[in-house]
Amino acid sequence: MSGNGTGTGIGASVKRKEDVRFLTGRGRYTDDINLPEQLHAHILRSTTAHAEIGGIDAKAARKAPGVHAVFTGADMEGVGGIPTGWLIHSKDGSPMVEPPHPALATGKVRYVGDCVAIVVADTKEQAQAAAALVEVDYRDLPAVATIAAASAEGAPLVWDEAPGNVCYDWEVGDKAATDAAFESAAHVVSIDVVNQRLVPNAIEPRAALANFDPSTGDYTLYTTSQNPHLTRLLLGAFVLGIPEHKLRIVAPDVGGGFGSKIPHYAEEAILTWTAGKLARPVKWTCDRMDAFKSDTHGRDHKSTAELALDADGAFTGLRVSTTANLGAYLSTFAPCVPTYLYGILFAGPYTTPAIYVEVKALFTNTVPVDALRGAGRPEATYLLERLVEKAARVTGIDRVELRRRNFIREFPYQTPVALQYDQGDYDSTLDLALAAAEWDGFEARREEAAARGKLRGIGVSTFIEACGIAPSAVVGSLGARAGLYESGSVRVHPTGSVTVFTGTHSHGQGHETTFAQIVSEMLGVEFDAVEVVHGDSARIPFGMGTYGSRSLAVGGSAICKAVDKVVAKGKKIAAHLMEASVEDVEFADGTFTVAGTDRSRTIGEVALTAYVPHNYPEGLEPGLEETAFYDPLNFTFPAGTHVAEVEVDPETGEVELLRVACSDDVGRIVNPMIVAGQLHGGLAHGIGQALLEECRYEDNGQPATASFMNYTMPRAADLPSFDLRHNTTLCTHNPLGAKGVGEVGSIGVPPAVINAVLDALRPVGVTEIDMPATSQRVWQAIQDAKAS
Amino acid sequence: MEDFQYHAPGSVDAAVSLLRDAEDGKVVAGGMSLLPLMKLGLAAPGGLVSLGKVSGLDGIADRGSEIEVGALCTHAQVAAAEIVRERIPALAAMAEGIGDAQVRNRGTIGGSVAHNDPAADYPAACLALGATIATDRREIAADDFFLGMFFTALEEDEVITAVRFPVPTRAGWAKFPNPASKYAVAGVMAADGPAGVRVAVTGASGDGVFRVAEMEAALASSFEPASVAGVSVSAEAMLSDDAAGPEYRAHLVTVMAKRAVEEA
Ligand SMILES: Cc1cc2nc3c(=O)[nH]c(=O)nc-3n(C[C@H](O)[C@H](O)[C@H](O)COP(=O)(O)OP(=O)(O)OC[C@H]3O[C@@H](n4cnc5c(N)ncnc54)[C@H](O)[C@@H]3O)c2cc1C
Repeated sequence: MSGNGTGTGIGASVKRKEDVRFLTGRGRYTDDINLPEQLHAHILRSTTAHAEIGGIDAKAARKAPGVHAVFTGADMEGVGGIPTGWLIHSKDGSPMVEPPHPALATGKVRYVGDCVAIVVADTKEQAQAAAALVEVDYRDLPAVATIAAASAEGAPLVWDEAPGNVCYDWEVGDKAATDAAFESAAHVVSIDVVNQRLVPNAIEPRAALANFDPSTGDYTLYTTSQNPHLTRLLLGAFVLGIPEHKLRIVAPDVGGGFGSKIPHYAEEAILTWTAGKLARPVKWTCDRMDAFKSDTHGRDHKSTAELALDADGAFTGLRVSTTANLGAYLSTFAPCVPTYLYGILFAGPYTTPAIYVEVKALFTNTVPVDALRGAGRPEATYLLERLVEKAARVTGIDRVELRRRNFIREFPYQTPVALQYDQGDYDSTLDLALAAAEWDGFEARREEAAARGKLRGIGVSTFIEACGIAPSAVVGSLGARAGLYESGSVRVHPTGSVTVFTGTHSHGQGHETTFAQIVSEMLGVEFDAVEVVHGDSARIPFGMGTYGSRSLAVGGSAICKAVDKVVAKGKKIAAHLMEASVEDVEFADGTFTVAGTDRSRTIGEVALTAYVPHNYPEGLEPGLEETAFYDPLNFTFPAGTHVAEVEVDPETGEVELLRVACSDDVGRIVNPMIVAGQLHGGLAHGIGQALLEECRYEDNGQPATASFMNYTMPRAADLPSFDLRHNTTLCTHNPLGAKGVGEVGSIGVPPAVINAVLDALRPVGVTEIDMPATSQRVWQAIQDAKAS
Repeated sequence: MEDFQYHAPGSVDAAVSLLRDAEDGKVVAGGMSLLPLMKLGLAAPGGLVSLGKVSGLDGIADRGSEIEVGALCTHAQVAAAEIVRERIPALAAMAEGIGDAQVRNRGTIGGSVAHNDPAADYPAACLALGATIATDRREIAADDFFLGMFFTALEEDEVITAVRFPVPTRAGWAKFPNPASKYAVAGVMAADGPAGVRVAVTGASGDGVFRVAEMEAALASSFEPASVAGVSVSAEAMLSDDAAGPEYRAHLVTVMAKRAVEEA
């Protein structure tokens, strides 16, 4: 695993294998797949945020041209509801309120976009036209769309069984110890922040194509999923009652997910059930407008936090109180995002000895919220880094110095909120970023900008993340209903080429390249002789998919273990061929050698022998194929420092992002080009949240930002060129030393940008601003500061 | 999208008679505004008459005191045209600032003017420069053409053939774009030309493009940024949306006016 960065091995910027098909338009996405006899479906969605369904009249739709069937919630009665994957317990020990989630609404609809009926026709256009003929008698009920509305006294209830709209009221940390820290504090700094709701907007909309073969009773579902096996488990076992051997899930090329393709969605269940009913393949592809209303959203927190410091600026206590909006139903990972992916992050890179976090999660009449790039960790990091910044202002201690004074320097480090960090080097990471950002020369740049009438500011965030979640027994004790291990299989073919089967899923991450680099280096076979297969439950033993920056750290580790097994077996075969004892056989660069001799056999020779076992060790099975499951021993802890520099036009409030410098410790880097790509994408995502993106609802629960005409996605022109540096320490507990990189940008950069905006606005008296710092919001803040 | 008849005639006359005969006929040029409306079901023309095969509508000509832009000229064409860049640089700058590259490569001046979106840029240029809109049957002064949001003096079966812009002594354009759509939140053209000193604003009012008499008067006595920097428009008449509430929009109108004069 030395990886010298040359050729195609670990550390080399190998061009991505998958890009040839993507860039030439030959990718095979779900919507590209067509089956004989295929029908097309349109999902009719609720147009109102909260209503009783008085009745549904589908007579006209059923008679419309080309229509084969219209099904509603009543038809699916008896089919299981869409389950959630995590059970959270409240402070008082009671389990969260877990309302039913029928795939097609029965009784009531609970958000604009809720699935009401499926219309199946010969063509997509016919299905869509017929859907307009379905008459739904909505008896409107009052709706709650925001945290404020849902938590108001006497607020309308989304679920009768959830008084106050509360799903759970959770806590982590030692409250008494934290309160005590505040009593003896020299300074207490508090802050209120909103972490706004975002729409993930993967470029490929969700799609599904379901098939049922009446002759075998087998179901196949092609779907846009980040984790096909998880979907098989939830859809098969919980919703439709199809045993796993009769249900195949294929997630072919998938055009981005960012978390929104983790959940098992109602549409997957509706399509699969309908295909069974009609014994015909049925396809559905979401359009962009419906995607805004039905892909899970992200974030949506409102928080208050306080930091206690001693006279020297050491953090002595942190108290966080958050309300999280979960939307109308509990999506697959929803309950765990604002708890175990959020509350336990609050030590950050700091030695704060006492931390207490409480999170109240609410139901509202909005699209369900689930993981979105970073999932909980961006929310925690943003809050903490805004608070630390404010503490620097309040205490008068330099903001970089204050962070340094509180850095963790001894590892392993046990935080007061459950996590144990294995390794890190926060000082050097910070130094590297400050140097890249030319932090020290900033005041001159501020003055130069001021001479042009512009307000220039610089901001920093220092952060950790917890990725590669996590030992199955640990997550099980925290309420996970699944294990979070990964599988990997390595099949060495008779002539020495290799197929690798991974339970992770690549939807932009480049696994077909990265994993091939690892296996090619470990087995000493040509890079082009290694093929990586993913995304098909019929081909992959099992898998938990891709999210939480886990693929390399967890999935890559499983592959390494499988390679180790291949090598161990190969040694037995080689020893037999060379008439040596197994203990004396060494393996390096694709060659088995008897130690201290020139006797050797190549991996190709050994593979051929394994499949043509004429001269073969007694009792050893033929074949050279091994599977390994890897259960992580801990989270991994990537860490970094991000610095942003902005200029504000005080006349219009426009924020121009001029520079972003990052120094990151993501553990082992297998392919620097792919790592840079992941960082770029994550940074774009984080900058989008800081400056541009915001999903809003009208008070009545109608989505107010449901198209690209008013939901601002970051464009290339909104982004500066990124200056990326690495300060690598290796993860101590997985074979690759990998930590994860997919979420770094969206976690680390938002507070750096907002801290920079606030730094710019300080001269005009603005001290607080919420994301996104749009020109209107900045201009308004300046006016308000002038007025006060 | 509803079914429709598609026609691609070779002349303006043929287009006009097809429009007359079609049930609820509509011209389509670049399709950048009309097709999204059809997709959303907000427009459902029975006959779609494309101007794509009509020749002679895509030229830009120097007519001495005027620049004539054919109705089918795309925004990209206008932005890149040497004549426009030399003689009315503000118009080239305006065209260059429309939407994104795809929209500029498809969208046409005729479509923009005919559509009269309250956030479209061309109406401000037409009004500020005192343009003339030429159609298959008449010439309409810009002053008489834009009649409020999505509403113009065009008859149902009337086809724009060209827009003629008098060359000004000086003119400047400044636009504050909506961050998501790139349409104007406030776009201002300030011009000093044959039609006098004019300040036309788009994107800001629900009634569409409008002129600001007070700014024009101030500029007429002294054409410099300071003349308009202190002139505000009433927030009450302003549009309000996600990107800008009425006060902010009114403020932006003044800032953009000032910048437009700076550019002139
Ligand atoms: C994402 C996006 C961003 C945009 N941003 C901007 C922007 O920043 N600024 C801006 O000004 N515009 C913007 N637009 C609109 C764009 O400029 C359109 O192209 C333009 O408004 C219409 O031109 P078109 O040729 O596409 O017209 P079409 O869509 O083909 O037609 C529009 C209307 O005009 C009629 N029409 C077309 N040609 C004629 C003619 N010769 N005679 C009579 N009637 C005719 C049609 O019947 C129809 O009613 C944007 C559009 C999009 C999609």
